[in-house]
Amino acid sequence: MTAIRATNLSKRYGGTLAVADLSFDVEPGHVTGFLGPNGAGKSTTMRMILGLDQPSGGSVAVDGKPYREWRRPLRKVGALLDAKAVHGGRSARNHLLAIAQSNAIPAGRVAEVLEVVGLSEVAGRRIGGFSLGMSQRLGIAAALLGDPEILLFDEPVNGLDPDGILWIRTLMRKLAAEGRAVFVSSHLMSEMAQTADRLVVIGKGRLIAETSVSEFIGRSSQGYVRVRSPRLAEVAELVKVGELHADHLRVTAMSTLEIGALTARSGIPLEELTFVRPSLEAAYMELTKDSLEFTS
Amino acid sequence: MTHILRSEWTKIRSVRSTVWTLAATAVLMLGLSALLSASVKSQADGPIPGGEAIATSLMGSMFASLSMAALGVLVISSEYRTGSIRTSLMAVPTRMRLLIGKIVVFTIVSLVVCAVAAAGSIGVGLAISQPPSVDLGQLVWSTMGCSAYLTACGLFGLGLGTLIRHTPGALVSAIALMLVLPPLTYQLPGEWGKAVNAYFTTNAGQLIVTGRANDFLGPVSGFGVYLAWVAVAMVAGAVLLQRRDA
Ligand SMILES: Nc1ncnc2c1ncn2[C@@H]1O[C@H](COP(=O)(O)OP(=O)(O)OP(=O)(O)O)[C@@H](O)[C@H]1O
Ligand SMILES: [Mg+2]
Repeated sequence: MTAIRATNLSKRYGGTLAVADLSFDVEPGHVTGFLGPNGAGKSTTMRMILGLDQPSGGSVAVDGKPYREWRRPLRKVGALLDAKAVHGGRSARNHLLAIAQSNAIPAGRVAEVLEVVGLSEVAGRRIGGFSLGMSQRLGIAAALLGDPEILLFDEPVNGLDPDGILWIRTLMRKLAAEGRAVFVSSHLMSEMAQTADRLVVIGKGRLIAETSVSEFIGRSSQGYVRVRSPRLAEVAELVKVGELHADHLRVTAMSTLEIGALTARSGIPLEELTFVRPSLEAAYMELTKDSLEFTS
Repeated sequence: MTHILRSEWTKIRSVRSTVWTLAATAVLMLGLSALLSASVKSQADGPIPGGEAIATSLMGSMFASLSMAALGVLVISSEYRTGSIRTSLMAVPTRMRLLIGKIVVFTIVSLVVCAVAAAGSIGVGLAISQPPSVDLGQLVWSTMGCSAYLTACGLFGLGLGTLIRHTPGALVSAIALMLVLPPLTYQLPGEWGKAVNAYFTTNAGQLIVTGRANDFLGPVSGFGVYLAWVAVAMVAGAVLLQRRDA
């Protein structure tokens, strides 16, 4: 089973092309990060997956058929798009009950998912008074109601405190470990590095990369050696291939051993000689720098 | 479909504004019935005929029609305002099923509540105006007619809410179509003007409450014309609901 398959998906809003010819797969058993700068088209893509927005071109299938063709979709797919998009006058329990009833999910599930997200105590309170963290948990409870094989989360950690972030990360990994497909969007690479094992990276609505996290780091950015010295200019002359910065020299073509040997022979003292690992953030910045919608 | 109905019933009963609007509608009808019946009674020279007593008791339906329309609007526009329409459509992606669910639940709730309110209003009114005799058939007919009319007004609101999505916009259109424009059509000249006036929304719809006829329509045919207006709004709303992005 391919949990989600987008095929040449496009979406145009008037003059803006929000998503352009986007194809990717989301597989079960993984947390797939959906990564892209602000305005890249992540939320738009998620709305198309869920049958809320009609694609202008291409198609997207959920376990083989369009979302709108599933009769009890919440038993197949659970999603959290916007945690604050709820009717504030309802209690958490009634909010979830109405959703459960629509998909013939037993009412007993409501108490179960409230327990899972830690909201049992406030089940009878009006959700209009919930904090962002509580709303986020309620949204996740709604997504879990139908015990779905496929889960979509749109920027679930936005505005959460470190505890909340850790909780969501752990939950997503647990869901994937149970064999479910978890598709989670973010505009922060660092966030994805800690949660996802696969990545779909987009920019300006187009696919930039679809890989595993480790492959992504390896492919897009090499490491380099950072050299600091009181006699930096002499070092630069010596190694020839370096890139001279204000307080350090950056070398990609030589190893620390080679540089160390070279400078030792000339008796130049060094303050620092480090191999800087490629960071995910750097890899991401490099890949998306051409596709930032708003450049400041 | 029963699952969707159950879900819509949970939604409608679990929001305080629904319950309050329904209660306000009933109180408004009862209060106006008492007030107007008392005033008719005090100004009458002799005994008040049963038919007139019933008609007076139901005069509050003019205002109740607006609160029911507002409730109909809110059933869907509040979901657009909060964004919870997306949750609803994720749960029920066949949009017509969602809309039909809303229509059915609203209709049942409204028919029941409005029938009770109408019967109560007639009871209060008759107790005050004390007509010498009342035709039982007319009493039942008026109660059901009033309930049907108010429900149709609510469905008009629901149709406009689906069409316009935006609460204030839908409310203003409902007030314009149901309350402001109908009396204005009296000003239209000629035979055509008269026909437009007779067929215009609540001018036609109200006939079933009063049990009277106008130059063109009787109580039942008038109500039929009103339902056609409601259907136009609802179908237009349904078509757009089907086509638009949520
Ligand atoms: N309903 C809409 N009408 C018009 N334009 C839209 C609509 N929804 C999205 N867009 C445009 O489509 C583009 C993609 O928006 P989208 O919200 O999908 O991005 P995103 O990747 O989710 O961004 P963010 O990280 O800020 O949430 C943006 O240029 C946005 O302005
Ligand atoms: Mg977004």
